[in-house]
Amino acid sequence: MTSTTVDAFRALLYRDLRLAFRHRSQIANPVIFFVIVVSLFPLGVSPQSDTLQLIAPGVIWVAALLATLLSLESLFRADFDDGSLELLITSPHPTTVLMLAKIVAHWLTTGLPLLIVAPLLALLLSLPTSALPTLLVTLALGTPVLSLVGSIGVALTVGLRRGGALLSLLILPLYIPVLIFAAHAVDSAAAGLPVAGQLYLLASLLMLALSLCPLTAAACLRISVN
Amino acid sequence: MAKPIPSKPSSNAAANADLDIAELSVIGLECWRGERRLFRDLSFQLRRTEIMQIRGENGAGKTTLLRTLCGLCLAEHGQIIWRGTPVSENRSAFLSQLHYIGHLDGVKLDLTASENVDFSRAMQISPSDESTSEILGRVGLSGVGNAIVRTLSAGQKRRVALSRLLTTRAAFWVLDEPFTSLDRDGEAIVRELLLEHLRRDGLVVFSSHQTVALGETPIVEFELSQ
Repeated sequence: MTSTTVDAFRALLYRDLRLAFRHRSQIANPVIFFVIVVSLFPLGVSPQSDTLQLIAPGVIWVAALLATLLSLESLFRADFDDGSLELLITSPHPTTVLMLAKIVAHWLTTGLPLLIVAPLLALLLSLPTSALPTLLVTLALGTPVLSLVGSIGVALTVGLRRGGALLSLLILPLYIPVLIFAAHAVDSAAAGLPVAGQLYLLASLLMLALSLCPLTAAACLRISVN
Repeated sequence: MAKPIPSKPSSNAAANADLDIAELSVIGLECWRGERRLFRDLSFQLRRTEIMQIRGENGAGKTTLLRTLCGLCLAEHGQIIWRGTPVSENRSAFLSQLHYIGHLDGVKLDLTASENVDFSRAMQISPSDESTSEILGRVGLSGVGNAIVRTLSAGQKRRVALSRLLTTRAAFWVLDEPFTSLDRDGEAIVRELLLEHLRRDGLVVFSSHQTVALGETPIVEFELSQ
C-alpha cells in the first residue's frame, strides 16, 4: 500500500464521517431502534428480573443485529445515487482499500453507538454486571463482522431499486454464527462459565471477514455499476 | 455500425514524432445493453493532444461507450489499449491516468464546494498543485466555496464536478456531456479547461449533442449510429 493510498483511505473515511455527522439521523436511527426494541421486552414479556436476565443476551444481540441490518442500506446507497461510487471504482487506488474505509466509517457511525448504549440496556434487562464486560467484548468483535459481511449484500443489491428484502435474505444466514457465538458467550458469562472459546471464535470470524469481505464487496460493486 | 469521421491532422503532430504513437487504441469493441446490441466492431485511435467528440442520437450508446472506456461497463468483445498495453493487463496504470466525469456529478451534496475539491485532490495519485481557492476561482465558484453544495444551482453543481478536473494531472479525460446545464460562461470555462489540458499533452474523449468549437483546435468526431 503506497502512501497516497493511505491518504485516500483517510480522506474517504473522514468524508464519510463528516457526511454522517451532517446527517445525524443516519447515526441516531439504528441506536433509537436498538433502544426501543430492547426496552419493549420488559413490557411485553415480563418485568421480573430473573426472566429478563434469562433472555437479555439474546434480546440485546438480536436487536443489535436488526439495527445493523437497518443501517446497512446507507453504506453505498448515497454514493450509488450521486455517482461517487463510479469515481471510487475508476480511482487508481485499490477498490478493496476504499471499500474498507467505507465499512470502517459505517461501523464507527452505526456499530460503535450500539456499543455505547449497550451497558444501559443490559442494566434495563437486569443482566448481571459480571456479564457486562463479555457483552461489550462480543459487541466490539461482532458488530464489525456484521458491517463487513453486510457490505457484500449491499454491494450486490445497491443497483436494485427495492433490494431491501433481498438484502435481508442474503445477509441474515451469514449473521447467524455471530449471533449464536455472541449470545452464547454472554449467557455463559452470566452463569459464571468461561467464555474464552466463544470470544476466540468471534475474533477469528472478525479476522476472516476483515480479510475477505472488502475484496468481495469491491467485486460485487463492479457488477452492480455495470 | 459506427464510422469515424476522419479528422484533419493536428498542426503540431508532425513536429513531434512522439505524438504519432497512439496513446489510446480501441479495437473491435462490441457492447450490449440488456438484449440490445449498441455497437460492434468499433475501433479508433487517439494520440496525445487529440480530443474526440462522441456523437449520436439518444440511446445510441454514447454513455455506454464512455463507461466502457473507463472499465465501468464490460465490453462483449474488443480491446482497449493504453500506451501499448491492454488495459485489462495493467488496470492501475491506466486508471492512474484516467479522470471520468459521468452524467451523474459524483458531487457530495452535503459537503461544501471546497470540501468536495479537497476530497477529490486527496484521492488523486498525482494531484495538481493548484490550491482549492484557485480551483474554485477558475470554475467561477469563488464566492460560494463554503456553501453546502445542496444549496447551489444545477449549473453550479456541475461546475463543482468539473472543478475535479483541476485537482488531477491525469492525462486522459473522459467526460459525459460536460456542457449540460451550464450557462454561456460555464461553457467557456469548460472549453478553456479542455484547451489547457490539450496544451499539456492530454487527451480527451467527450460526448455532447451540440456542436462544440475549440477555436483552431480540431475535434475528432465519432458518430455512433444504429
